[in-house]
Parts: sequence; structure tokens; C-alpha cells
Amino acid sequence: MNLLEISDLAVSVGNQPILRGIDLNVCAGEVHAIMGPNGSGKSTLANVIAGREDYQIDRGRIALEGQEITTLSPEERAHRGLFLAFQYPIEIPGVSNMEFLKAAVDSQARAAGDPEITAVDFMQMARIAAEQLGLNPEFLKRGVNEGFSGGEKKRNEILQMLILKPKVSILDETDSGLDIDALRIVANGISAFTNTTNAVVLVTHYQRLLDHIEPDFVHVIANGSIVRSGDHSLALELEEKGYSWLEND
Amino acid sequence: MAGTDNNSLDGLVGGDYAAGFVTDIEADTLPPGLDEDVVRFISARKDEPEWLTQWRLDAYHGWLDMVEPRWGQVQFPAIDYQSISYYSAPSGDQPKTLDEVDPEILATYEKLGIPLHEQAALAGVAETQQRPPVAVDAVFDSVSIGTTFKETLREAGVIFCSFAEAVHDHPDLVRKYLGSVVPRGDNFFAALNSAVFSDGSFVYVPENTRCPMELSTYFRINERNTGQFERTLIIAERGAYVSYLEGCTAPMRDENQLHAAVVELIALDDAEIKYSTVQNWYPGDEDGRGGIYNFVTKRGVCRGDRSKISWTQVETGSAITWKYPSVVLRGDDSVGQFYSVALTNNHQQADTGTKMVHLGKNTRSTIISKGISAGQSSNAYRGLVRMNPGAEKARNYTQCDSLLIGEKCAAHTFPYIESRRPDGIVEHEATTSRVSDDQLFLCRQRGIDPEKAVSMIVNGFCKDVFRELPMEFAVEAGKLLEVSLEGAVG
Repeated sequence: MNLLEISDLAVSVGNQPILRGIDLNVCAGEVHAIMGPNGSGKSTLANVIAGREDYQIDRGRIALEGQEITTLSPEERAHRGLFLAFQYPIEIPGVSNMEFLKAAVDSQARAAGDPEITAVDFMQMARIAAEQLGLNPEFLKRGVNEGFSGGEKKRNEILQMLILKPKVSILDETDSGLDIDALRIVANGISAFTNTTNAVVLVTHYQRLLDHIEPDFVHVIANGSIVRSGDHSLALELEEKGYSWLEND
Repeated sequence: MAGTDNNSLDGLVGGDYAAGFVTDIEADTLPPGLDEDVVRFISARKDEPEWLTQWRLDAYHGWLDMVEPRWGQVQFPAIDYQSISYYSAPSGDQPKTLDEVDPEILATYEKLGIPLHEQAALAGVAETQQRPPVAVDAVFDSVSIGTTFKETLREAGVIFCSFAEAVHDHPDLVRKYLGSVVPRGDNFFAALNSAVFSDGSFVYVPENTRCPMELSTYFRINERNTGQFERTLIIAERGAYVSYLEGCTAPMRDENQLHAAVVELIALDDAEIKYSTVQNWYPGDEDGRGGIYNFVTKRGVCRGDRSKISWTQVETGSAITWKYPSVVLRGDDSVGQFYSVALTNNHQQADTGTKMVHLGKNTRSTIISKGISAGQSSNAYRGLVRMNPGAEKARNYTQCDSLLIGEKCAAHTFPYIESRRPDGIVEHEATTSRVSDDQLFLCRQRGIDPEKAVSMIVNGFCKDVFRELPMEFAVEAGKLLEVSLEGAVG
């Protein structure tokens, strides 16, 4: 089944076109990688899917599980199971990770009409997720991203994904800022999370994350369009030849 | 995006003011105007001794020669002091017990969530864990209508009563300490208060006594065109401890109403006074019409060695707030603290902060101020840290943070530091930040709606101050911020 379906999506900022007609289908159980040079529109695509308001949608549609979400607010998209791991996670001083995560889980439960999870069960769930990512449970008491190292911030994004259990996760440059060990831990966390009912879209500049998480499809964006799609071998080829190989194509 | 929801930070502030109703009762209200006769009337009405009448008259004559302070970062039209009524009290005899109080007034406090029946307060305890009861003095316009748990407190030797009662029952204490911290001529509004003050609370905690419960006073302005001028005096003898909280609300009205209070705290050797305020006077409407002018003088003196005075304030109400709860650190090794959250929205203006005056050796003070501005409001921190020549090795730490919500508000910081000690240590840290669209987007992407997100971000910003509030008031303060911020996004 198509979890995420993007058709002919064109987006601009001011009068500057950024995306020029993107088509993308992501089915349950799949891992997609979106690659491309700096400034190609990768991050714009990730943010537009999540409902960021700084962009103008010129045409096209975005659907989640067959339902159009193009005009929904970010929180409504989140309630329907869309998750974005941020490239630059921002700090919220004084708000503990725990408090933040509980508020997120509660609002999603409320939107779904489910009962709120008890504090005890939530603590348990959060501890397990933290351990899976090699984080000390004390980490949960710290302010959201407050004084975190670059690697901790990225791990914190994945922690949120593990707890919120979204249907479609878009991970924007999650590998940047991670050392080799952290990269492996994060990749293992993502791999363990994927199953036949959800999907992950990895937005990345480098192929090194893909050594740990084998993608089913690789798409290359250049200048606002998907210029090439293929399997993992496309990523390896890119790594070898560089992006200029495609642009000159 | 795509013409969908326009949730942005502009406009996320501005909720309903839940305490804005009027209680419909008969009241004896003086006609507007202020002269010697009014001062004499108030004093006679309270059956005061001659010395106090004279004290008031001296204050009144001093006030006539003074001018309104205009140095604050606030703007307001000239106040016509002859258009204000200086005394208003519910009709009939002063009730002797709470059972005699007009049911309409009792219903008012119930509606505001203030428990005035001891049995009810105690019954509530069993249901909600072991939260200890809170003794309440309820001040309605110019009079105290009742004080709860007096007996329990009396057994512990603690005196907690209305100011008017204290004048009759404990005249020596009142005469000894009244005006000893804030002199009659201290400033324009303190002088006005000294002339016409009506009621307020009096607390006396004897030597080596820990007050067995939280004390609180709830101030309510009800009548139109009246001012409220209350006076609070708290004395903690050697080794005593007391925690006191005041709350305040008023009906929604189009005209501005004046509230000019004076609070004096005295801590003797090894005594500690913790004074918390949750100020929620009517702030005016979203166009800046109406609201309370909150011009208040609060000061404590750490008279004894090793004494401690701590002010915690959460200021969300009032059209204009002008107050600087201060500590004079006279005793050696005494400690002064000021923790403040001031939130302004719409057209509210606040100029608030503290004064820490170090006189004794090894005195220490801490100032943590969190200002939040939204809408078109203006929020200023003004603080003085002074170290006098005798304040050997005095230390101060000040942290002053401002948070802006939206594009049209203003935040100002005016720190004054005067150290006449080469060995004095003064630290000042200040930050200004903004609730950013990135923070808001992060929260919303995780499913949290924008209003909840802003309130969570603001609460996080205030955490260092809320920690200082008694538990149940911390929860209350958090909710109050949430209500005050309603509509700040959207």
C-alpha cells in the first residue's frame, strides 16, 4: 500500500522555484533514500511534506495513506503518523525531554481518541528507547536539546521517532554530525524500528548511512527535480563519481 | 502555506479573564475625593487610636507636596486623585465570623477557587493527598471579610488577622513596626497608601516558631471607581519561619482602577520570611481599555543576623505594574532573594524588579528575573544592587532573561549596580530570546498544538522561578500563564 504519495509537487519561496514537480511513492515496508548536492531541494522537500509554512506550494499534492494532507497543519499531519527528524534540532530551554515527549504522545493519543498513557508506562517506554540508542536515562530529564552535543541532538530525534512510532519517518541529514560509533547505533535503532507497516525516507548527502541501512530505492534530486531513481547501487555509483556526473548527464 | 492555517506567533496571546465578574452587593462607598476629612473618616470608621489618625494625616500632608514618579518605562494619563473613592465596604456591620458574611461574597471567593470554610478546606485535603491546608485572609475592597484557621494558628502562637484587627488587638506591635521599613514619605504611592490605607493582613510569628501552615491573603477589588490601598505587615521573630502568599483579582471594567499597596517585612536573627505573589489583577482588554494600575511598594528588612527574606512574584495581570519588592540586608550573613516572572500581553506595561541593599557583612542576594512580552506590550526589568561600605564580602548574583513573543512587543533591562566595597562580588547575566518559529514548528511536528506549545516553551523559560513557589501555587501559576497566553498564536 502507498503510505506516502507525492505527485507533481512544485514549491517556491518568494518567486524562486525550489522544487519543480516531484513524484514519489513510498510503500509500507520500504526504505527510500533521497540524495543530492547541497541546495538541490532535499531539505525543502522534507519540510514541505511536514507542513512547514515558509513555502508556497505552486501545484501538486501530498497524500498519506491515500488521504490528501497538502493543506493540513503540521500537527494534523503528525497525528496521522508523519514524522520529521530535523537536520538542526532546536533547543527548548527548561522543558525537559520527558515533559516534551509526554506532551507529544498525549496529544497524538488525544487526536486518535485513545486513552492517555500513564506516567509510569511512559517512563518505561522512554527508558527502553533511550537504552536502545545508548543514551543514559538521565538524558530524559535534560531540557530538549539544551546543551546537547551534535550527536546527542541527532540521537534525540531518533529517540522521539522510536517513542512516537510514526507510519512515515523522514530523516533529514540524520547522519551528519555523528561519529562512526554513533552512526552505527543510530542506524541500528532505525533498522530495528522499520517493519512491514511503516516506511522511512532517508534524506542524506552521503552514502555512508546507507552502508548500515540498506535502502530499497535511491532517488537523486538535482535542481528541484528527481533526476534519477534506482536501487542501492545508484548510491554507490554516486559516491564514486560525484554529483557532477548527473548534472552533466 | 497554501493558504491553510495561519498559525504564527503574532496573536497567540490574549485569553479570557476568568475573574472578571462583578459581585452584586450593597456597599457603603465614600463619594470620590480626597481631603483631610476622608482620611479622618477612614480612621474613625476603623475606630483607630489617635496616634494612628495623626500618622495618617502626617502622611497625607507629606503626600500633598509630592509628585507622581514618572521615571518608569510606563506611560499613562495623569491620574485624577479626586475622582477616586477611597473607601468601600460591604454594607452592614462588620461580620464577626465567616458565618455572618454575605453569601454573595462567600460565593465570590468560591468562584475564584479560594476556600474560606475550614471544614471544606480540610475535607479537600483528604481527597488531594496530604496537601496541608492554607489559612486565608480575604480582603474585599477596603475591608477584610474573614480570616480562616485563626484558632489553629493561635495555638502555635502565630497571629494572623486583618490589619484593622491588629490595630486593636496588638497595638504595640503595630505601632513599633508600622512604617519602619517603608517610611510614610518613601515615595508618592507609599505616602498615599499611608494616608488612606484601609485593610490588609498582619502576621506575627513568635520566637523559634515555624508557622504550621501556609498563610495567604486574597485581595479582591469589586466596587467601581474605588482604589484599593491595603497594608501588609509581617514580623518574624528570632528563629521564626513563615511562608505567605497573596493573590489578587478584579472585575473587567473599561476605566482604570488604582491599587497602591504597601508591604513591610521584618526578619530578626535567624528568621526566614518567604513571600509569594500571584498577581492577576484585570489587565484591560485587548485594545488596552481598562485594567488596574498596580503601583506597589514592597520591602523587607533582614534586621537580624543570618536572617533571610525571599520574594517570589508571578505578575500576569494589571494594565500597569510598577513594583520593586526589595530587601535591606542589615544583619550580618543575611540573605535576600528575588524570583520574578512578569508576563505582559496586548497593551500591558510592566516596570518591575528589585532592590538589594547590602549593609551587613557577608550578605548575599540572588535575583532571577524572567520577563515575557507578547502582543504590543512593554516589559522592563529595573533592579538596584547596592553594597555599602560596611558590607564586607557581600555577594550578588543577578540573572535577567527576557522572552519575546511576536514582533510588536518590547523588553527593557535597567540594572543599577553601586558597589562601595572592593571585595564585593556582583555578577549580572542577561539574555533576550524569542519564541522562535523553529521551536514552534518542532512542537507542532510532534503533534503538539501551537497554544500548548507556546505555553510549554514559556513555562520552561520560567522554571527557575516556579521552583520557588509553594507546590500548589506553582501549578496555579503555570495554568495562569497558559490562560494569559491564550490566542498568542493563531
